[in-house]
Amino acid sequence: MQLTLNIPVLCAIPLAPLVGSIIAGFFGTKLGGNRIGHGASQFVTILGVTIAFVLSCNVLVQVMDGFYFNGTVYHWMQLGELNLDIGFLIDPLTATMMCVVTFVSLMVHIYTIGYMHGEEGYNRFFSYISLFTFAMLMLVMSNNLLQLFFGWEAVGVVSYLLIGFYFERQSAVFANMKAFLVNRVGDFGFILGIGILLASTGSMQYDVIFSQNSALAAQTLPGTSWNLMTVACICLFIGAMGKSAQFPLHVWLPDSMEGPTPISALIHAATMVTAGIFMVSRMSPLFELSDVALSFILVIGSITALFMGFLGIVQNDIKRVVAYSTLSQLGYMTVALGVSAYPVAIFHLMTHAFFKALLFLAAGSVILGMHHEQDMHKMGGLWKYMPITCLMMLLGNLALVGTPFFSGFYSKDSIIEAVAASHIPGSGFAYFAVMASVFVTALYSFRLYFYVFHGKARWGHEDSHAHDHHDHAEQGDDHAHHGLAPGQKPHESPFVVTLPLILLAIPSVIIGFYTISPLLFGTYFGDSIFIDLARHPVMKELEDEFHGPVAMAIHAFTSPVLLLVVLGVLTAAIGYLWAPKLPAKVAETFAPIKKLFDNKYYLDEINQAVFAKGLIWIGSFLWHRGDQKIIDGFFVNGSAHAVGRFAGVIRHLQSGYLYHYAFAMIAGLAVLLAWVLYAYLPFVR
Amino acid sequence: MILSYAIWTPIVFGLIILFYGSERSTAGVRWLTLIGAVLSFIATLPLLINFDIANSGMQFVEKVSWIPRYDINYHLGIDGISVWFIVLTAFINVIVVIAAWEVIQTKVSQYMASFMILSGLMIGVFCALDALLFYVFFEATLIPMYIIIGVWGGHNRIYAAFKFFLYTLLGSLLTLIAMLYLYNVTNTFDILAWQNARLDIVEQILLFAAFFMAFAVKVPMWPLHTWLPDVHVEAPTGGSVVLAAIMLKLGAYGFLRFSLPIAPDASQYLGPFVIFLSLVAVIYVGAVALVQKDMKKLVAYSSVAHMGFVTLGFFLFSPLGIEGGIVQMISHGFVAGAMFLSIGVLYDRMHTRQIADYGGVVHRMPAFTAFAVLMAMANCGLPATSGFVGEFMVILAAVDYDFVIGILAATALILGAAYSLWMVKRVFFGTVNNAHVEELKDLNGREYFLMAVLSICVIGMGVYPKPFTDIIHPAVINLLQHVAVSKL
Amino acid sequence: MNITLAHYLVLGAILFATSVIGIFLNRKNVIVLLMAIELMLLSVNMNFVAFSHYLGDMAGQVFVFFILTVAAAEAAIGLAILVVLFRKVDTINADDLDHLKG
Repeated sequence: MQLTLNIPVLCAIPLAPLVGSIIAGFFGTKLGGNRIGHGASQFVTILGVTIAFVLSCNVLVQVMDGFYFNGTVYHWMQLGELNLDIGFLIDPLTATMMCVVTFVSLMVHIYTIGYMHGEEGYNRFFSYISLFTFAMLMLVMSNNLLQLFFGWEAVGVVSYLLIGFYFERQSAVFANMKAFLVNRVGDFGFILGIGILLASTGSMQYDVIFSQNSALAAQTLPGTSWNLMTVACICLFIGAMGKSAQFPLHVWLPDSMEGPTPISALIHAATMVTAGIFMVSRMSPLFELSDVALSFILVIGSITALFMGFLGIVQNDIKRVVAYSTLSQLGYMTVALGVSAYPVAIFHLMTHAFFKALLFLAAGSVILGMHHEQDMHKMGGLWKYMPITCLMMLLGNLALVGTPFFSGFYSKDSIIEAVAASHIPGSGFAYFAVMASVFVTALYSFRLYFYVFHGKARWGHEDSHAHDHHDHAEQGDDHAHHGLAPGQKPHESPFVVTLPLILLAIPSVIIGFYTISPLLFGTYFGDSIFIDLARHPVMKELEDEFHGPVAMAIHAFTSPVLLLVVLGVLTAAIGYLWAPKLPAKVAETFAPIKKLFDNKYYLDEINQAVFAKGLIWIGSFLWHRGDQKIIDGFFVNGSAHAVGRFAGVIRHLQSGYLYHYAFAMIAGLAVLLAWVLYAYLPFVR
Repeated sequence: MILSYAIWTPIVFGLIILFYGSERSTAGVRWLTLIGAVLSFIATLPLLINFDIANSGMQFVEKVSWIPRYDINYHLGIDGISVWFIVLTAFINVIVVIAAWEVIQTKVSQYMASFMILSGLMIGVFCALDALLFYVFFEATLIPMYIIIGVWGGHNRIYAAFKFFLYTLLGSLLTLIAMLYLYNVTNTFDILAWQNARLDIVEQILLFAAFFMAFAVKVPMWPLHTWLPDVHVEAPTGGSVVLAAIMLKLGAYGFLRFSLPIAPDASQYLGPFVIFLSLVAVIYVGAVALVQKDMKKLVAYSSVAHMGFVTLGFFLFSPLGIEGGIVQMISHGFVAGAMFLSIGVLYDRMHTRQIADYGGVVHRMPAFTAFAVLMAMANCGLPATSGFVGEFMVILAAVDYDFVIGILAATALILGAAYSLWMVKRVFFGTVNNAHVEELKDLNGREYFLMAVLSICVIGMGVYPKPFTDIIHPAVINLLQHVAVSKL
Repeated sequence: MNITLAHYLVLGAILFATSVIGIFLNRKNVIVLLMAIELMLLSVNMNFVAFSHYLGDMAGQVFVFFILTVAAAEAAIGLAILVVLFRKVDTINADDLDHLKG
């Protein structure tokens, strides 16, 4: 008998941020008449998230003691046999996610006090990020597909609202619509997957579905010869591709950088985009049934990891570099899923959440210090002015590229090892992709670092935008193109901004070292992740080769992976520290490739031309030809006109002369009389 | 007697207002109408409170002989399928009366009376268990609506009113023929007796086709939908709200009350055909909605697409599908009503419905934008709003029925989001587009109240739809059991 | 000479034919048209009276009174309309009255 948690505490975890969000969002904005100020809004929301964080940690501790919960909170809908419930499933996987989400969220809340200081939508912003925390918690705590979908869409909406936070910017408004629509394409697959599972198992509860997985494995999709689980898993993964921005549904994530930096850290790096990874891990008993689906995942993940990394090299917007790095790292996680190394994926998810949130927040701190300048061309040599940010950025980058003993090293190296050990179709390509990505990651990470913090200062020239004073609240509408006035100096960010950086840097550095053994090779995840070790023995092989975190780190010094990292860092150092003229020459030499990268493989253009334009063309074709010409023109108005024409012909019978009418009457009378006589009076015949 | 009160309270109030209001002050008329509408709404509440969930048959039955020679009775009764629509009708009527408060300045008493009478008649449609009574109510609803469009409508109102009247009348004349045929077979006009009449497959198909004409026009199903956008564009705000929220549901309700139980074999036989038309409505009309330049037309087309979901759900013949369809109807009542109210709010200020004339409305009307974005999200089926519930249920039922149909139905997720959000983007976001937008004032108290009430309904139904489905479920199971038994 | 039923019927037929010809031939005057219609009614009355006498059934003669009454009313209304019409369009020439032309 397992120990269970009690429902009120569990309910309080998501509800605390929700309440904070509602208070800040309703009373703090014009919706409720601006009844409370900035202080009150930030207080209630931070309080809510703090409660959630503390309770989540408590849950994590209890879960490690063997507590478990799987139960219903309330019935959402009951249709005879079919129960659709809102409920919680609390196991180690969930508890890990809850702590990651609430911790990063809390950091972002605190950071926001400094970052958004004086902005017009201050309260609204706090309301949104608390609402996001609520939705994300509902997503990870769910014990059924319905609630998962709830959270899934809800985080999407908050993301929509936050990307479009500066709604006066056309680019932001375009980006948020794009993000929502691309995610909808993913949801389209996701809901079909849910539909297949419901149709074949009659339930949406995870435990009920998983308990039938041996029966499910043998089924085919009705009416076809396709394996049911392959179709269902690929459908579910299409949902994950949308949310976790996998190729080719990744196009929304770089554009989502239109949102304020804190949410880029929270939503578009640490939490929401990892929902897909979480979902696949959660559904591991199903994915294990289909090698085809796993191969599909593996290939998609590899493509994302490698090709999105390339794009990171050519970006000049500091946030976009980090965004492409996020895409590449999400690709890594997806690759781990594809080789059935779910714990490794979650492990990388966790470490990535910390160091990527750190990188984004540090980038935000740079942007703040540079007065809302995001172009790296106009930075350089900032380490003197922003030492804390510089140090934190360095730590984040070291974790990201996989420096031994840093958390990123453990998770990333495990993924590479797992791919090397895997034999499912596509693993060869995947191995090449992840290895190449190691070099690419090191290159773009340190390109950013050197370009921004070292080298020559490129700010403060006439071409940067001049503003009389740097209080951005007073500068109104155009947040995108601020910058330092000539002679102005960048400054270190306030304490509320640097504190979260420091707090995030700690786990970024150490958490891998301490958690790798229990998470990957211990019994920590227990039953919450299922791996068919007989068919996919990757985790087993990893465990055989693992001799403790220290040994792993030392072993890394003899592996090609670290060599690639060092090469990447050196390349970056050459190009952006020692020989600043070189990158331009390289770009000239490989102009076509540079152009391809600059245009992001032309995927945006293709989407715009084929899907957006195509749909609009179809719509107007159907409207003008179908509705207006054929249905309305031919049938509706056509029949009206036909009646009109017929009437136009027979109206000539109406001469208007009395004697014509009289004649018609008498003639009619005569005909009638003749007919009656002929028909009914036999003697006439 | 509760049903009679529900029907006749608004009608009697409507007549009183019509006679009282011609010379007196308009303020008195408005207050009297509001009192009448609220009383009518209260009169429907006992139906919900006293509703017996365990009983899957007809409840609150009233039967008085009307024309004994032809066995025509004043026969009322409701089951789980109809009860929500009665409450919804009375509720929307209150909303419409409040929405018209200062907006309607000409012929106030006639306007208010039209809506009161219309609401009573529509409740009558949902309660009638006698076919002739149903037909009388069904056709009588055309008259106030015709007047509402023709008198208080836009520039091209006469064309729209005629189109509306002729389109719907043509369809329903065939229904009358079907009813007379059924009378000849059964010697009664009792709908429940018709449901048990034995009919061969040819009879069933012809009857189905005749009923289909009336109901498909009303729903409206593709390709009989082109009246709806024209009518919405010309109708006053209140007319659009009632039309979208309630009137379209009369047709869909007719499918459940007549087509499915009276011609079950034909329904099964022709089900794929109706599913095809519904999917066309979802995809084709969804694409057409995307390119609309007039906000009202856009929402009108989106209504057609949403009603396509309703008919799709009905003809999947599963509890999930039919209940999803009904839930979608209720939800669409709230959401479409709120969207037309929103357009009305903008129209009252700017006197244009062209999307291109707007832009950056959020800067001047932040509270309004919050509500409008919520409604747009509900319109594209966001979870935790009512729009999600029905859509989700129907998609799941469609996947269960056939995977390909499921795929086609699920495209609504993308199309719905595309047209709703694109409109939101162009109307509300961006920079302030022109001087007229610059002068916009945010919601006044009355508008705020309306939007808030509808938002609460939308979210409440999305978060906790169980009360709705609990009532609907037994009646749908009953219907499905009936449909499963062949009449041949 | 013995006057038989046939004589009355022939007279009725002649009256009826006269009135029909009157309607067809007259293209000038609406009053003549009205008179032709009156004549037509009279011919019918003649038949009624004749048959009534022949069959010994008084119902026919009762009908005649009805018809006379209606004819009188009709003539009155017709003439009234004519007066109004003349005031309006200054003519009672049937050829000019074609407002109903489609």
